[in-house]
Amino acid sequence: MIRGTIDKIAGPLVVADGMKDARMYDLVYVSDYKLIGEIIELKGSKASIQVYEETGGLKPGDPVIATGEPLSVELGPGLVTAIYDGIQRPLDEIRKEAGDWITRGISIRGLDHKKEWDFKPAAAVGLEVSGGEVLGEVPETKLITHKIMVPPEVSGEITWMIEAGKYNIDTVIAKLKTPDGLTVELPMYHNWPVRKPRPIAEKMAPVEPLITGQRVIDAFFPLGKGGTACVPGPFGSGKTVIQHQLAKWADAEMVVYVGCGERGNEMTDVLQEFPELEDPKSGEPLIFRTVLVANTSNMPVAAREASVYTGITIGEYFRDMGYSVALMADSTSRWAEAMREMSGRLEEMPGEEGYPAYLGTRIAEFYERAGNVKCIGGDRNGALTVVGAVSPAGGDLSDPVVQATLRVVKVFWSLQAKLAYARHFPAIGWLDSYSLYTDNLKDYYNEVLGGDWVPMIKEAISLLQQEANLLEIARLVGAESLSPEDQLILFTARSLREDFLHQNAFHEVDTYTSIVKQKLMMEVIMHTNAEMKKAIRNGVSPGDLFDLPLKEEIARMSYIPEKDLDAIEEINKHVNSQINDLIEKEQTA
Amino acid sequence: MIREYTTTVEISGPLMLVDRVEGVAYEELVEIELPSGEIRHGKVLEIDSRMALVQLFEGSSGTGITESRVRFLGKQVELGVSEEMLGRVFDGQGRPRAPFDTAPPIVPEKMKNINGAPINPYARDYPAEFIQTGFSSIDGINTLVRGQKLPVFSGSGLPHSAVAAQIARQARVVGEGESFAVVFAAMGITFEEADYFIRDFRKTGAMDRAVVFMNLASDPAIERISTPRMALTAAEYLAYEKDMHILVILTDMTNYCDALREISAARKEVPGRRGYPGYLYTDLSSIYERAGRIKGRKGSITQIPILTMPEDDKTHPIPDLTGYITEGQLILNRELHKKGIYPPMDVMESLSRLKDKGIGKGKTRDDHADLFNQLMAAYSAGKDARELAVILGAAALSPLDQKYLKFAEEYEKRYISQGEHENRNIEETLDLGWELLKLLPRNEMKRIDPGRLDRYWPVSEEESD
Repeated sequence: MIRGTIDKIAGPLVVADGMKDARMYDLVYVSDYKLIGEIIELKGSKASIQVYEETGGLKPGDPVIATGEPLSVELGPGLVTAIYDGIQRPLDEIRKEAGDWITRGISIRGLDHKKEWDFKPAAAVGLEVSGGEVLGEVPETKLITHKIMVPPEVSGEITWMIEAGKYNIDTVIAKLKTPDGLTVELPMYHNWPVRKPRPIAEKMAPVEPLITGQRVIDAFFPLGKGGTACVPGPFGSGKTVIQHQLAKWADAEMVVYVGCGERGNEMTDVLQEFPELEDPKSGEPLIFRTVLVANTSNMPVAAREASVYTGITIGEYFRDMGYSVALMADSTSRWAEAMREMSGRLEEMPGEEGYPAYLGTRIAEFYERAGNVKCIGGDRNGALTVVGAVSPAGGDLSDPVVQATLRVVKVFWSLQAKLAYARHFPAIGWLDSYSLYTDNLKDYYNEVLGGDWVPMIKEAISLLQQEANLLEIARLVGAESLSPEDQLILFTARSLREDFLHQNAFHEVDTYTSIVKQKLMMEVIMHTNAEMKKAIRNGVSPGDLFDLPLKEEIARMSYIPEKDLDAIEEINKHVNSQINDLIEKEQTA
Repeated sequence: MIREYTTTVEISGPLMLVDRVEGVAYEELVEIELPSGEIRHGKVLEIDSRMALVQLFEGSSGTGITESRVRFLGKQVELGVSEEMLGRVFDGQGRPRAPFDTAPPIVPEKMKNINGAPINPYARDYPAEFIQTGFSSIDGINTLVRGQKLPVFSGSGLPHSAVAAQIARQARVVGEGESFAVVFAAMGITFEEADYFIRDFRKTGAMDRAVVFMNLASDPAIERISTPRMALTAAEYLAYEKDMHILVILTDMTNYCDALREISAARKEVPGRRGYPGYLYTDLSSIYERAGRIKGRKGSITQIPILTMPEDDKTHPIPDLTGYITEGQLILNRELHKKGIYPPMDVMESLSRLKDKGIGKGKTRDDHADLFNQLMAAYSAGKDARELAVILGAAALSPLDQKYLKFAEEYEKRYISQGEHENRNIEETLDLGWELLKLLPRNEMKRIDPGRLDRYWPVSEEESD
């Protein structure tokens, strides 16, 4: 323990003297309030500390104590369904202790150390184990079986193992004899420093898509399990709704949602909704597979900087158990701004737009913690998928945070204000978004959806591109002056946009579309396109085709419940008969 | 413990540097006594083991290095609160403000730190109660709910004051008679604007249920930093301790941000976009996030901050960062204003993020969401048709586009536009929406659930036009 005194206070930055022996990123307690902080600069005997709580009322001369430990999170049973602030303090416990407002100097541990869990051993005495190997299991929720693993940097021979039973997380469940001959007692949890990635055995390319139930994503710009994506967009374009939709419907086994510097009411929304919403696969409440980290915009800015690391470390821990984990960070711009604020207070030389010069490095390091991996300690594969929202200033994509993010992520969902104003949601632009996973995922699609899916999507995208060009011309000469073939392109592209890409997140059926239903819907639209093309070749006028009642039926496809999918296939028959009637009429005339 | 110093070494802009201080705390309240006996106020902005940097609320004119006596008061900036505040007009520091209010200061029931504390997200209750403002363009399209923060983005010369006053006058929760009050904070607005609000409040009787904090354009700019915090402290007291539903109107946030920039520049901080400090987002959120509802408490705080966008530019840092914090925005549009439409609400660019939980069966009506989606889609198509008509001439439009064009015109004239004293209830607003949709072919109603469409627009009615 190193004791120093406060020398200077400027907002969330406190400079302490007498800290010669402290280390970078050590956790410190500031003043008699015991405010939590982290050392971010050392100069001679002075340490600059970013303080995770309000600093009003602190005085020069107040004590500062360095713990000698880096900022860490507690990892063990009790994480699932929790809601934490940026430094893993449970917000529900804070409320019990401090009331409706967050006051200062509250010290509560991340996990409940009193609660007892059903523990079942999975290893035996005499076994040589190393980091990541499973010692036992705890059924934490109906959806998550918590694997108690040997902490990553520990190994040895098991000399003692506890019997199955109910224990709290402080209970020693195994004793190891390390190669140095020391005995290590392992409780059900361990600590891990948030800024240090947890080790893995091997990283692999994503080969399976993260099915999200969002048509524009799954069909056009899919995200691989273990991949990275970014959603930049101006305010009001629906970033948060997309993040919420992914957190609700993505087929990950575990979801970590980090609300970083965003609105308090949005976190409340998640908190109230998730216990009620059902996981589409298991029918269990979604909260049973969710951890929330909420550091809203008015909570201390330094803790906001830490919140994304707290979130991703928890994500990595569940990945190590062999789960497919999805982490949503909303919004990484607020995280970058917190970095900028601290950098400014440290009087560092600024890079672009006042952001620190190391902004790009930090962002790259963060996204690099995602991955489809072979876990350490046993034959398990896990995946950590990261989706970061970015809120560029003025919606301008030349923003340094957007540019630094685009350099590392593989999927870009470009949110467009113009679509949002037309209430086309999700407002993901189909012309400039991209996914670099399409090739990796080809085999999966061929197997699950058949060989015609990938070419069909290519054709749909090409139609939308042709539409963009044709609209320019149509604007000048009027749509009626276009050739019938071109008019059909406009018709089908409109149908793709309005009947397929548009999706109502607040409609109970439309909010989630299985990949099978997506394929059926796409087939109907493309089939109609092909049939109409045939009719036009047979001389049917486009005006007559576009007025057919089938249009209305196609528009309602998305509201057909998952259990009545036959009804969608049925539409194809109506399409055939209605169009054939027109062809026959044309031929008899 | 009060300590007095005469060791000022530097005065620059609104900042004062005091040397050889001891035991002074960060953010401590400061009193400066001038030789004339005049008392100024300030707070500690930065402190190290020798010097304190003090921000002067009333500006530095007339202060001197040798003659100023600086007292550190051992507490942070506080506001005395009580229920007597209702009906009163205060200045930016919580003192009765002449000429609007000449009564003696209130007797405070308690003192509250004006910075407040962040509401624990776990303690928040999700805003879901519909507030009827009487404006179709708000109630029907960008519905306001209790506990929301919904700013008005305006421009110079647009009628934002009239809109805000009308909301303050008409806003109510359907079917409830709970106590409701307005807290109004004016920052750097002109006497005329302030007078408009006060007179409107007095005329309509709203003044008895209002607390006003007023910092006019001629008042010290730095005082604007504390004005909204004073107002919100009063609002929190009334909402959470006295169970009242409070509507907070803050105008004009642009002046607030400019005051913040002034201090940042005086401190020689690295500027962010357009010279505003890098922490503008965090600072604004410490104001806006004080809106909300809390589980187990009856009262609520709904915020309507008003800001004027320089050059009507929505990407300017002030509207931009505001939009990222608030739950939507109401945008006033110059083009509509010129057409004579009041309120000139740009419904396309406006948005209320919380409306989905505040509308529908039991709140407004079951058809509200579908109707809203359809109206927006139709208006959007109508505006596209209008653009096309400019290029091609209206005669060259397809029959369908002509219908959409007609719809857009009627929508602006009859739905968006309404009188300054016209208070439409939600039923009227929704019915008007259906009436306008019937200008279009029935098979264009793609956003409406088929069953609902049959109920509100039976097939038999289609040919009626």
